[in-house]
Amino acid sequence: MTKQEALYTYTLRLGDNALIQGHRLSEWCSRGPILEEDLALTNLALDQIGRAQAFLKYAAHIEGQGKTEDDLAYKRGEREFYNNLITELPIGDFAYTIAKQLLISAFEFYQFSELSKSSDETIAGISAKALKEVRYHLVHAQDWCYRLGKGTPVSHKKLQQAFRELWMYTGELFEMDEIDQLLMQDGTAIDLMSLRPDWLNLVGSILADSTIVLPADTYMQTGSRKGIHTEYLGHLLSEVQYLQRAYPDATW
Amino acid sequence: MVNTAPYSKEDILFILAGIVDPEIPVVTIQEMGMLRDVILMDDLCEVIITPTYTGCPAMGIIEHDIVELLIQNGVQNVKVTTSYSPAWTTDWMNDGTKEKLKNFGIAAPIHSSCTNWLNPKSVIVSCPRCNSTHTTMISQFGSTACKALYKCEDCKEPFDYFKCH
Ligand SMILES: [Zn+2]
Repeated sequence: MTKQEALYTYTLRLGDNALIQGHRLSEWCSRGPILEEDLALTNLALDQIGRAQAFLKYAAHIEGQGKTEDDLAYKRGEREFYNNLITELPIGDFAYTIAKQLLISAFEFYQFSELSKSSDETIAGISAKALKEVRYHLVHAQDWCYRLGKGTPVSHKKLQQAFRELWMYTGELFEMDEIDQLLMQDGTAIDLMSLRPDWLNLVGSILADSTIVLPADTYMQTGSRKGIHTEYLGHLLSEVQYLQRAYPDATW
Repeated sequence: MVNTAPYSKEDILFILAGIVDPEIPVVTIQEMGMLRDVILMDDLCEVIITPTYTGCPAMGIIEHDIVELLIQNGVQNVKVTTSYSPAWTTDWMNDGTKEKLKNFGIAAPIHSSCTNWLNPKSVIVSCPRCNSTHTTMISQFGSTACKALYKCEDCKEPFDYFKCH
């Protein structure tokens, strides 16, 4: 594997996480529990899709075959996507989305704090920008964890259940392979494993303040680094990519 | 093709200073700090802009406005490049710009060094209509990515706060 190939896949991962998470959040549009939340969730979606655009554009540039960010978003198959499985899981109910948001935003907070110091200027630049937005996402998820966790017995139960169901998807966030190892040599990539203690502390303290029990580590799902996904990604892509599949190269 | 020679970098910046933010038409992209640089080459004028938020939907319109305006002024070959670094900050707005926002009904961002992002409710935001500091945050997310939603407890009016970024 050349450095260029590694960097291409590494950048795709960053772009795919944002694209798939952004699309899931956009599914809340017009379905939020209250108007303010509808706006909040779609604002978060917009940040993610903007980030996806920036990273995929860079990935296309690294690949050097004249593709655009749209080509990468709309014309790759399921097995060519590298987003973490947690991002593609369906939105579920509001508590489930909030639990997902907390786990992902807390991870992204540490991820982009570190990546903003990457030796790759483009990755560092986009990451510094993303970090500012992620802070708002984290505070949003944190506030709702408090409210749902300490709210009614029903909201508490739903939030607790959501964290239990999602926990097995958190191991993958910190997974690394030969791509990470290669790119860590010159400071392009970051050591994801080293972020886990801080992430666990932060999530643990927010959950404790929300009277939610931190789930125990058990079996962890894996696969996305190799392009192996849950059954949900194919369905999601069939919607995202419908237009370009039905009318190739359509523009408007 | 007309080359860019008749114009200096300052001339181009002066022309572009007239472009307003499509979402807040009382301030220009220059006042917002989104217009970063102009690079003149023999037959190409490159304009560097930076988004307020990565997903800012106004960027496409701004890019279009820049190309259109320069073509009207006889600069044919224009390239607009989006740069993310240094990351845009509300600290680039000067007091005059903040005053314009306020007069438009949007509370201006306080300096980033004065905020605690983990506790956004600790920030005191004044009502742009009656100047009361007796205000409450309704939501961190408002009508556009850059604004939060507040209400004034004195005049009872809702208003937008331009989030510190
Ligand atoms: Zn007022």
